[in-house]
Parts: sequence; C-alpha cells; structure tokens
Amino acid sequence: MTDAVRVEHLSKSFGTTRAVRDVSLSVRTGELFGFIGPDGAGKTTLFRVLATLLLPDAGRAEVLGLDVARDLWALRPRLGYMPGRFSLYPDLSVEENLTFFASVFGTTLEREYQQIEPIYVQLEPFKSRRSGALSGGMKQKLALCCALVHRPDILFLDEPTTGVDAVSRREFWELLARFKESGLTIVVSTPYMDEATRCDRIALMQQGRILAIDTPEGITQAFDRPLIAVRAAQRYESLLALREFPHAHTVYPFGEVLHYTDRRTGLPAEAIGLEVGAFLRGRGVAAVSATRIPASIEDCFMAHLGKAEEAPSA
Amino acid sequence: MNGTLAIQAQDLTRTFGSFTAVDHITLEVHGGEIFGFLGANGAGKTTAMRMFTGLLAPSSGTAQVAGHDVYTESEAIKRSIGYMSQRFSLYEDLTSRENIRLYGGIYGLASKEIRSRTEQMLARLGMEDAADLAVRSLPLGWRQKLSFSVALLHRPQIVFLDEPTGGVDPITRRQFWEMIYQAAAGGTTVLVTTHYMDEAEYCDRISIMVAGRIGAMGTPSELKQQYGAETMDEVFVRLVRPTNGGGAA
Repeated sequence: MTDAVRVEHLSKSFGTTRAVRDVSLSVRTGELFGFIGPDGAGKTTLFRVLATLLLPDAGRAEVLGLDVARDLWALRPRLGYMPGRFSLYPDLSVEENLTFFASVFGTTLEREYQQIEPIYVQLEPFKSRRSGALSGGMKQKLALCCALVHRPDILFLDEPTTGVDAVSRREFWELLARFKESGLTIVVSTPYMDEATRCDRIALMQQGRILAIDTPEGITQAFDRPLIAVRAAQRYESLLALREFPHAHTVYPFGEVLHYTDRRTGLPAEAIGLEVGAFLRGRGVAAVSATRIPASIEDCFMAHLGKAEEAPSA
Repeated sequence: MNGTLAIQAQDLTRTFGSFTAVDHITLEVHGGEIFGFLGANGAGKTTAMRMFTGLLAPSSGTAQVAGHDVYTESEAIKRSIGYMSQRFSLYEDLTSRENIRLYGGIYGLASKEIRSRTEQMLARLGMEDAADLAVRSLPLGWRQKLSFSVALLHRPQIVFLDEPTGGVDPITRRQFWEMIYQAAAGGTTVLVTTHYMDEAEYCDRISIMVAGRIGAMGTPSELKQQYGAETMDEVFVRLVRPTNGGGAA
C-alpha cells in the first residue's frame, strides 16, 4: 500500500524558535493517524506544511505522492484542512458557509451530499443559524463538513476537539471513525492523551521532535517497568512521602491515585506493591492500596519526556 | 479541611428574560477543599461562577462566599478570592516581576510586602533568572505556574481556576496540580472549572451541571461507582447525553 504522507527530515523555524526539528514519518493510505502533544510541540506548524500553507526550511514532504512545495496546485484540491482556530465566516449561516466552500472547489452541496451526509444531518436543524452563534461542538462539526465538502482524499484536522466538551468530543471522534470507514486518510492532532486510543497509529511530539511513533498498543506495551497505582486516604501527604522512598524512580499524581515506578528492575510488581504499602503505612499514611496497572498513553508520554531530559540535548 | 464553609449556596437561581441559566442550585464547598465545577457548554457554569465571584447578582436564592453575602457584599467577596484563567491572567508585555507588582497594587498590598512576596514567589518557582523577561517569552508551563501564584498573592480564602492546565505537557501539568494540592493543604479552597474530565479526577469532590441544575455531585470515585463508569468522561457522557440528544447548539 502506498503512503498518503511521507515526511523526510523536515525542519521549520520562526526566528530562534525551532518549531519542527528533523521530523521523518509516513502515514499509510486509509489510516487514522494522530499527533499527540502539548502546545508548542510543533503540531500546527507541521500541519501547515503538509497543507501546503508553509514552506519547510529543510527536508521535504509528500502528500498523496505530490510534493507539498512543488506540486501545491495539484495537491490543494485533493486535501481538506481544518485549522485549529475557528476559521469559517461567522456572519454567514451554516448553509451559506457550506455552499461557499463547495463553490470555491467548483462543486455544489447537492452533488457532494452523500459524502457529508453523516455530519450534515446533525447540522441541518441549525442550517439557517449564523455560524458564529453555534456552540463549540457544532462549530467544529461545521468546520469538518466544510473541509470535506470537496471530497478530499486526505483530511488534516488540527486540534479539532480543543475547547469542546466531553460529549461533543466523543461525537466528533465517532464521526471521524465513520469517515475513515469510507477509505479517507485522516491526520489529526490533539493535546489530549486520552484521545490517542481512537487512532490507528500515533506520534508523540514535544518541542518540535517526535518522541515515538507506533500503534497506541505498541506505545503502551513498550513501557518498560511495572506501573503501580497507589491509592491512599491522604493523597498529597502520600505523594510527598512516597517521593522519599529510596527506590522510587517516578511518582506522579494521576487523578485520585499516584502512579509509581521503581528504580530497581527485575522485581515482581507484587513485591514492589507490598514494599510501597509498608513504607507508606510506616509514614502514617492510612488506607493504602498498591496494585499493578497497565500504562496509559499519558504514562508513556511522561516516560519519554523523562528520557529526553536525561539524554544530552542536541 | 478546616471545617468552615467556603461557599454555601441554597436554591441559587439566575434568569435572563425567560431563560433560566442557573436553576435552584444548592451546594457547599468546604474550606481547603479542591472542588471541580463541571458542565457541558451552555449548562450554566459560567453564570454560576459569575455569581460566586461577585460579578453577577442572583435572581433568587441565597449564597455566601468566604462568609460574605453575594447580594450585598460583592466587593468583600472580590477581595477574598483569587482568579486564574488559562486564557488570560497575566499581562504578556510586562515582566514577571511587573505583573506581581501590578496585582499586588490592585489588591492593596504595601510596597514592602509586595517586594518580599515577589522574591519569595520567584524563588519558590525557580524563576529568579526569568524575573525580568516579558511574560510572553516564557514557556506556557511557567506562565501558568506564575499566574496561579499571582492569583494567590493576596492570600485569598478561595481561588477560582478556569481550565488551568489545558495545553501543557503531562509532567508540567502534574507540577501544577502539586501546587494546587499544596495551596489546599495550606487551607486555601480551590474551585476548578474545566471541560476535561481527567482534570476532574484530581479534585476532592465535583459537581456536574446539566441544563442549569446540578446533575450529580460527589467524589470522583463515588460518581464513577454510581454511574458504573470507568472514567469521569463516561460519567459525564451518561449524565449529559440523554438531555443533549446529540444536537444541542
């Protein structure tokens, strides 16, 4: 199968800020590929290069076999791009925005209806509403619809779920899954680690670099130490106490529990759990349980960040 | 927890014309508690927050914030609280030191007091070297920690945090939550509003607003158990989706 995206040693700086640093990767045709990383990771810059809106300083990128710099006019009609900031016309209605975006690409809403139907049915009750007056979740759906209306072969969605409530986020991902089924290649970015499992493969990004690329399962299975969830009555006291445990490798607050890894390798998780529990009880922390849990994408992201900090910086 | 109530609201209601944005909400937030105040877009969260912070008078019901009445003592409330929003809290053209001095002045601290608290704060944040750089040039994580510290500068009884950790990397985010724990351990009450349910899991207790009312309230574990859910995200979706019908605009 051919690759829908190929990026080789791509770099882009703005003044002294190195937004994207020597990034190489490929996205397969039909894949739902996610870039996961916080603000400043370089996601938006990379998306703008792939969407033919920015030229790289070094390296190259191909989308659908076309070079993003040389072949931009051939490529543009074949890609859909949804920027992170709402960029539709707020004074136009839902329907007017859609009609406008269709006409820009030389088509009509009627002709493309089948492609956009799953999402258009959700927008239809509000079709005469000004797009600026829609809720966050509906704005995102309209933007997705406008990015799809010319039937692109690949879709770039830059942080489509940022600032949207949990229900709307879930609905948005359900829509993406439906569009993926129709064969569309979808490249999406998000700062939310919990959305990673919705993707076929993900790239973890931080400060312009890629920390890891794999399937979500591949990423979590590569976590190389037993991860222990410690639950205790006094969360903050137990956090401070556990940091003083001589064998502690990492101790992070994680919602209601603490996530702990041990410095020693080769010890079974049960033994670590028992030691940790005994240590905390010795420090006067009550109601302690310590059990092994599978690592989440967020645990893995932190482990990669920790390693990146230990390694000498280039 | 020190046993006192930081916020006490009884049947608090706010209407705008024929629309009831906040509909008879009743809740108590304890001193030193980290309370997550959640809700979907348009559920009434912002209106309730504006009443709690003394910016908007209720239509009916009663509420005391830091012991002050929301109808008659809104100025005293404003002096007793701190506020931090992810979108805007600091003046980006000013340096860290200038921002601290500005907020210290707004809250009426003496110059000597501002100077000593500034040095303490910068030392605690490990930001001495960056104290005279424009806030704009600081990494997002530093800006957030600084703006949280600035919100606590006048030692408020309650601090309101609006989506405090959006967009930061997971390690910085945890450092931020540790600052919140530390403030709460020192007796400050923390009220957090956020869209992100995993952020809610860091709170002692949370409430979820649905269509102007409080749809659920409890510790994260209690709510997960009550809704038979693995995560707060699922709790939220189960609570909100039936009334949402997939198409609220």
